[in-house]
Amino acid sequence: MATHARGLTEATHRPDDPTTTGALAVRVRNLHRSFNKAGGVLNGLDLDIAPGEFVALIGRSGSGKSTLLRALAGLDRDVAGHGQITVPASVSVVFQDSRLLPWKRVLDNVVFGLKAKGAAERGRKALAEVGLAGRERAWPYELSGGEQQRASLARSLVREPQLLLADEPFGALDALTRIRMHVLLRTLCEVHRPAVLLVTHDVDEAIVLADRVIMLYDGVVRTDVRVDLETRSPGDPRFAELRSFLLAELGVNEESVPGQRVAS
Amino acid sequence: MTTDLTTGTIATDLTTAGRTDTAARGGAAATSDTDQRVVRRRLGPGHRVRLAFWAGPIALLAIWVIGSKTGFISEQILSAPWTVVESAKTQWTDHDLLGDILSSLKRAVIGLTLGTVAGAVLALLSGLSRLGESLIDGPIQIKRSIPTLALIPLFIAWFGIGEQMKIITIALITMIPIYIHTHNGLRSIEGKYAELAETIGIGRVEFIRHVVLPGAFPGFLLGMRFAVTSSLLGLVVVEQYNATNGVGHMMTLAENYGQTDVIVVGLVIYGAFGFLADGAVRLTERKVLAWRRTLEG
Repeated sequence: MATHARGLTEATHRPDDPTTTGALAVRVRNLHRSFNKAGGVLNGLDLDIAPGEFVALIGRSGSGKSTLLRALAGLDRDVAGHGQITVPASVSVVFQDSRLLPWKRVLDNVVFGLKAKGAAERGRKALAEVGLAGRERAWPYELSGGEQQRASLARSLVREPQLLLADEPFGALDALTRIRMHVLLRTLCEVHRPAVLLVTHDVDEAIVLADRVIMLYDGVVRTDVRVDLETRSPGDPRFAELRSFLLAELGVNEESVPGQRVAS
Repeated sequence: MTTDLTTGTIATDLTTAGRTDTAARGGAAATSDTDQRVVRRRLGPGHRVRLAFWAGPIALLAIWVIGSKTGFISEQILSAPWTVVESAKTQWTDHDLLGDILSSLKRAVIGLTLGTVAGAVLALLSGLSRLGESLIDGPIQIKRSIPTLALIPLFIAWFGIGEQMKIITIALITMIPIYIHTHNGLRSIEGKYAELAETIGIGRVEFIRHVVLPGAFPGFLLGMRFAVTSSLLGLVVVEQYNATNGVGHMMTLAENYGQTDVIVVGLVIYGAFGFLADGAVRLTERKVLAWRRTLEG
């Protein structure tokens, strides 16, 4: 097992790790994607995600985070490229905007497209799980931004996905709502155990939520670290260490960033 | 004005501006339980007022009544309301006004229904497929630039001078606004909803039912408002051709005999049709589009 110089374990190539052996939820090999002839966004990317594993994907703007997520979601019909992608049969996507259909009531949005018997009942249960019991008949515009995003989370969970793809799902929320959503997502994932790929620009969010944080650079996975913290509190010195490490990898010099919290 | 700099606030100023005596005695303390915020002036139209829909037409009627009563509107220019009521009675008893109204309504409703279905179906085909668009959209624009009334002689040659020609003409007139506005509504649906539908993995039929139709519905209803009035326009014209009944027929006869009061009866009927039909579409709009938060309210 390779050990990082700072005591952070590298997650790649660990055949002895029980979470990465056996069937993978996501297997990407040599993935190339480019929007123009000048250069690729993804240049031979490899990625494995184990079933039930929560992976956060960070990287600078334009580093290809969303391109990778859209490739896994099968939403990149118009992008040139090649490579091998294996994903589970049931994949669900949470977008940055809640994407609730404005003309459907909340419950109808949650069970949208579900044909199975008892879908409405499952939808109600999912809404209760995200704390929106009683809002089944509301129109989306009547919900706050955070509530809309919770409804969209319920819409994903009710489908019991084996892979949950989330593209900056909390990016448009205020800081307090975001913290509550973190707790909610973490709890839901522990109950439902989907593999998760969360695209985020927020390093703290990545550390708080993920089992593993990966970073894209030059169209490949450059950094791949496992988060094994006892407490996921920013006050924990190891949290701060991981945070500094990831920020440095992103090319951010903490001392030069005004107002950055640095745990002492 | 006594504004103490340590406790002095803009709020104190606000109160003293209105009530100098209280502010002078109570100072900042007196302002603590009064509402000091600036309540914003409403810029939208505000709450819906019940029956306000009728106010304009009733005012119009009142002007007509008063104008005729005072002689300001002479009988030569416009028959007085009571004259019109009288001739409506005569038409009703001696000339089967009810039959005229019903046959006109029947033509309008059948033509409008056919035109609405055709317009909506064509808009869907053209809106959802590039092939459909390339085949349908051009001809519709060509048809749009030819006045339908100019086509009537041709339609008489093709479909005869009976009901068929009349209904087809009305259908063609009403199809155009339905097509244009439904197509526009459909194409204005945000692409992100289609993307969501793709990730949810539904088929085309369900996509049309749950995303396209509700998304294009506001456009369709706007088209409907234009179509309803177009159908009346069509009526006036087609009922001039070999009709034996209908409001347009009644007006054509009245024109030949110089009965301006009967013409006004026809105008009032058309006006009432149009006004009520538009009201019905707008009521539907408010009920069905309750998911929108707009100034319509």
